[in-house]
Amino acid sequence: MHINELMQFLLTGLTLGGIYALIALGFVTIYTVTGHINFTQGEFVMLGALITASMVKGGTGLWAAIIASILLVGLFGALFERAVIYPARNSPVVTVIIITIGFSVAVRGVALLIWGTQSYPLPSFSSGEPLYVLGATMNKQSVWVLCLSLLAVSLLFAFFERTVMGKALKACAINRVAARLMGISPQRMSLFCFTLSAMLGALAGIVITPTTTATYDMGLMLGLKGFVAAVLGGLTSTTGAVLGGFLLGILEAMGAGLISSGYKDAISFLILLLVLLKRPEGLLGKPDGKRV
Amino acid sequence: MKQKERAKKNYFKCIAQILFMLMVAVIPLLITNTYYLGNIVLIGIYSIVVIGLCLLMGYAGQVSLGHAAFYGLGAYGSGLLTVNWGWEPLPAMLAAALITALVAYVIGASTLKLREHYLALATLGAGVIVYIFFNEQVNLTGGPSGFSGIPYFTIGGWVFSSEVSYYYLVWFFVFVAVVFARNVVDSRIGRALRALHGSELAAACMGVPAYKYKIQVFVVSAVYGSVAGSLYAHYVTFISPSPFGFQASVEFVLMAAIGGLASIWGPLFGVAAVLMLTELLRAVVPILLPTAGGEFEIIFFGLILVAVMIFMPGGLTGGVKDWWVRRSHAASPGTVTDPDKAPEDILPSAGSGRLSK
Amino acid sequence: MFRFAGKKLVLLVSLLLVLLLSAGCGGGADKSVSQGEQEKEVYKIGAIFDITGPASSLGVPERDSALLLEEQINARGGINGHPVKIVIGDNESNETKAVQVAKKLIEVDKVLAIAGPSTTGTSMAIVDTAQKNQVPLVSAAAGVSIVNPIDQRQWVFKTAQNDSVVVEKIIDYLGTIGAKKVAFLSMNNAYGDSGRKGFAEAAPKAGLEIVAEEKFGATDNDMTAQLTRIKSKQPEVVIVWAIPPSASIVTKNYRQLKIDAPLIHSHGIGNKTFIDLAGDAANDVIFPAGKLLVAENLPDNDPQKEVLVKYAADYEKKYSQPRSTFGGHGWDAVSMIVAALEKAGPDRAKIRDELEKTQNFAGISGVFNMSPQDHSGLTTDALVMLKIVDGKWTLLK
Repeated sequence: MHINELMQFLLTGLTLGGIYALIALGFVTIYTVTGHINFTQGEFVMLGALITASMVKGGTGLWAAIIASILLVGLFGALFERAVIYPARNSPVVTVIIITIGFSVAVRGVALLIWGTQSYPLPSFSSGEPLYVLGATMNKQSVWVLCLSLLAVSLLFAFFERTVMGKALKACAINRVAARLMGISPQRMSLFCFTLSAMLGALAGIVITPTTTATYDMGLMLGLKGFVAAVLGGLTSTTGAVLGGFLLGILEAMGAGLISSGYKDAISFLILLLVLLKRPEGLLGKPDGKRV
Repeated sequence: MKQKERAKKNYFKCIAQILFMLMVAVIPLLITNTYYLGNIVLIGIYSIVVIGLCLLMGYAGQVSLGHAAFYGLGAYGSGLLTVNWGWEPLPAMLAAALITALVAYVIGASTLKLREHYLALATLGAGVIVYIFFNEQVNLTGGPSGFSGIPYFTIGGWVFSSEVSYYYLVWFFVFVAVVFARNVVDSRIGRALRALHGSELAAACMGVPAYKYKIQVFVVSAVYGSVAGSLYAHYVTFISPSPFGFQASVEFVLMAAIGGLASIWGPLFGVAAVLMLTELLRAVVPILLPTAGGEFEIIFFGLILVAVMIFMPGGLTGGVKDWWVRRSHAASPGTVTDPDKAPEDILPSAGSGRLSK
Repeated sequence: MFRFAGKKLVLLVSLLLVLLLSAGCGGGADKSVSQGEQEKEVYKIGAIFDITGPASSLGVPERDSALLLEEQINARGGINGHPVKIVIGDNESNETKAVQVAKKLIEVDKVLAIAGPSTTGTSMAIVDTAQKNQVPLVSAAAGVSIVNPIDQRQWVFKTAQNDSVVVEKIIDYLGTIGAKKVAFLSMNNAYGDSGRKGFAEAAPKAGLEIVAEEKFGATDNDMTAQLTRIKSKQPEVVIVWAIPPSASIVTKNYRQLKIDAPLIHSHGIGNKTFIDLAGDAANDVIFPAGKLLVAENLPDNDPQKEVLVKYAADYEKKYSQPRSTFGGHGWDAVSMIVAALEKAGPDRAKIRDELEKTQNFAGISGVFNMSPQDHSGLTTDALVMLKIVDGKWTLLK
């Protein structure tokens, strides 16, 4: 096994990991603030990708399409929260999980109706030769994926730490009742974090499309992987989600490269289960004593 | 607890079971078209899985996103044992169920201590692993191409090859599944789990071994899946990994939710409603939109589920029951029709999808 | 709590079941298809394709081709004066649904024969249904197991080239370029698996060495890891067995890793989607395909040329979509059934016999010669090797 092969697996893993991290961040934002697990997250990814791809196909400039698509998906996330999550806000965890699964099925159906089953390509954000790192190659799009996910994470951090809105969200996450007593409306926060997560998901979908193309059913697997990454990171920690995402991506690439390409998903899920047994609170989550 | 109330309830239960049996018995006389009968066979098979899932989701309050794996283990277990080793279908079915129970025990023992969504994740992971196993063990399972030539179900020389005979076989199993589930729910475990649902902490303080009971229910629900899988394998006589993937697990959860969690009859209604609606759409949509394919079914499926969960959190059966309770309340205010019902169940906001038996 | 109710009921229902089982079996055999009434009536042919779901890129052109054929036949007066109705069924790329739809076509629509499904998986699922109900089935999928073992597949035929034929064509080509060390990368589904098995069987006989054998999932987003492993084994040629979009992603990753060995794909990339999605990376890809893609460039003495050019023109005119070899498989399945029906009349068993006697039938996928031993009827002559140059298919000599 040469160092350049290992390097190649690592780079591949990092690229995949960046995507998973973005999706995992969506899960974490919603979970910390509302306590719900939103299985529609994957469909935000799909919508972002497909809207951008078809806008570019229709002649819109790439960056204009990207921004428009992120905003549209954000709006969609807000509508989703108002129409579906808000009426069910007092339901137990199980019910909300099922609702989000059901809604994701419906969204996938609508996407199938609008876009059909074809795959839609998107040009790379910048053209040119791939980069070479220690004998391994990395195409320009992967660099974009990494940079944009890191940028999104830093912006998110700045937002949580530096703005009133962000602090209000954090307060909700720490203690919803106390936050409410302080005049923070949990419902507004819920609306806001769904919008934010939808936009994060859309971004993930857009940056990955130049390498994978966009299809109506791409959200299913990506959503699952994002969920796994989020749990791996502890479900309540932004840093954890990012770490979980990269870890999952690298595990997958290494599994495929070093052990068996057929079993790679099984390997990453197995490791996930082992991590959960050892540290049920995830890598960076805080134990919350809800274990019986 | 008033004896009279109980006796009355049990009387209704008996009536319901007899009516159910009569309906099952009569259907093939009314529906001679074997295609429709085949659909009812599938309704039966899925119902068995979903009854098991409802035990888990409704009473233990846990979501399983990997039930298709247990369903698949049953199907592959039966298929392999009968085709490769020449077993009789019935012992093969039992052996497959035993293997599935073991697998479920291992998964459950390690994750049921944790919070709700951890079992969801663990079963999801287990489902993915089992699915990959079916795909990768090419020499054993035939890999993604699957394998055919699974014999028809036989019991002591009687071959269930016709649609009608298979119909009775499957629905016999459904009936056994319902009766068994009823007994689980009415047993100590069922009562303990309902207590858990109310307050896990309070129940634990009263000495309810929550963890043990949850594992037992999880294993039972996996065995339900396995038996249904065996029935599927002998019905279609060809299996490949694709009907046992994540999507199937999600569909089972959706059917369970539509019918009503924590109810024994709910699964039957849920599965029947979903499959019949699919059939209806398949028939109606092409007339309205000749080029439309399966997308409408998917959209309706999802939206109906969301609507049901928001407006009737107890599913179809729960919704009807709520309506009935409300109606009788209106008729005679002040009488509590169901003393088993915790007060919170009557509050609209509680919407826990949980019924008292 | 009284528990005895359950036990009594079990006893009761068992009794009832036994009673009804005996009654039910008598009425079960329902043979209501009376031949006399079908005179001057519409001939119904069933067609099940994977119209939605993962395999829809196969199913949609197949359905469209079937409908195009229906229109053309009815425009020229039907079959022996009988109008034709093609009853389309969508199995949603799902095996259980395929069985359900097949039963519906047989029991409710009472079709004379069934064309499709599109993939090996869905076809395998309904083989048993066709055999049991004695309905001729002409699958549009490629897997050899659909028509083998032949003694258990009397009612089943297929139109797509056997994987073994495709493998043979690729091996012939490898012979001409003198490559010996081969790496094989396949999609982990029934299609990829069937190609992998076929190649692993044939390669040693042709003196080829498989230096690497890798797989990827149908929904995977990146195959760089697998390709890196392949690259380290230094194969002289890499064969990929997949369909788009995965096939396109592999191709992009392949170019990104700058692997020098020629890239050979399977016939699974025989539609425009592959080139659209892979972009520049698709250039220089070599693959075997039916002659449809290069119909206009075929020599005039080719027996299929006339059929091919007409089909391509009609299809592209009606649907404004580029031709697809899958559409061709669907077209062949239906037109073969129509030809058999024309000779045999509305009788399932006779149609089956006629299908088996099909000789020199110039279809889209090749010239079919069926026999009791061979229900797929094509040889390597049905295929040509193509190379993608500047985003276009060109015939490789």
